[in-house]
Amino acid sequence: MTARVGVVTFPGSLDDGDAARAVRIAGAEPVRLWHGDPQLHGVDAVVLPGGFSYGDYLRCGAIARFAPVMETIVDAAQGGLPVLGICNGFQILCEAHLLPGALTRNQHLHFRNRDQVLRVESAGTAWTNAFQPGQEVLVPVKNGEGCYVADTATLDQLEAEGRVVARYVGGNPNGSMRDIAAITNAAGNVVGIMPHPEHAVEALTGPSLDGLGFFTSVLKHLVGAPA
Amino acid sequence: MPRVVVDVMLKPEILDPQGQAVANALPRLGVGDVASVRIGRRIEIEFTGEPDLDRAREIADKLLANPVIEDFTVRLVEADETADARS
Repeated sequence: MTARVGVVTFPGSLDDGDAARAVRIAGAEPVRLWHGDPQLHGVDAVVLPGGFSYGDYLRCGAIARFAPVMETIVDAAQGGLPVLGICNGFQILCEAHLLPGALTRNQHLHFRNRDQVLRVESAGTAWTNAFQPGQEVLVPVKNGEGCYVADTATLDQLEAEGRVVARYVGGNPNGSMRDIAAITNAAGNVVGIMPHPEHAVEALTGPSLDGLGFFTSVLKHLVGAPA
Repeated sequence: MPRVVVDVMLKPEILDPQGQAVANALPRLGVGDVASVRIGRRIEIEFTGEPDLDRAREIADKLLANPVIEDFTVRLVEADETADARS
């Protein structure tokens, strides 16, 4: 049976269409989820897309965290549902305390939009098992508030537990501590990533096809996971 | 009716690039004696009944501030000290 991967649309989401397209190209069925509807409609995994939910008011992701759909997603994620937060989705996952730390204004204050090399540090997560540890991938990065911060104890714990999922290579675009581009929770089912794998799934529109691996990973994970 | 004012500031150890940008602009105003600038956010809350500081603290902790990167303080002010009164 085809896996069903939900893509949430918040008011102000921008990349929900591309995320749904990436899910489809990876071979799954995208299911559009609406922020005001707490039902997950039987999806096997969820993507929180990039954009500017609720206009980034207060702090990026701070208001989206309280959307009806997020209450269901937080519960389901704690029960093992694979969740990928991209850019604004990463910010939402941090605000919802599914991931530690926070994302703050880029250190140089400029919006950064470029193709970026990442090194996949952890291939043990639900969203990165199609990669080899240490593999370098090229995906677009585009953010104004992508600077990952956490206290030293949290950073040390993430490193010790292999929960730094990807790091920036060839220049840190936003000042993120320890060049962190992506992290995961202790169980490995929730991943937040600042760059945009969903924009690198087709030769026509992306700098590579490297982003597809994040979406095929979750399909592999779902096949291997006990029902 | 008094209001509750919540002041939210980045924790001292968190870099404040906005504050730095402002500080770097000050010499252009001819101001040379400012060591640093930190930027925060002030939020005024008006309750329908009596102002409730504990409730305001809960709102601040859950939504207005992100305790990972920000500290906040909560205090009561008289209505004539609020932004509405000054405008």
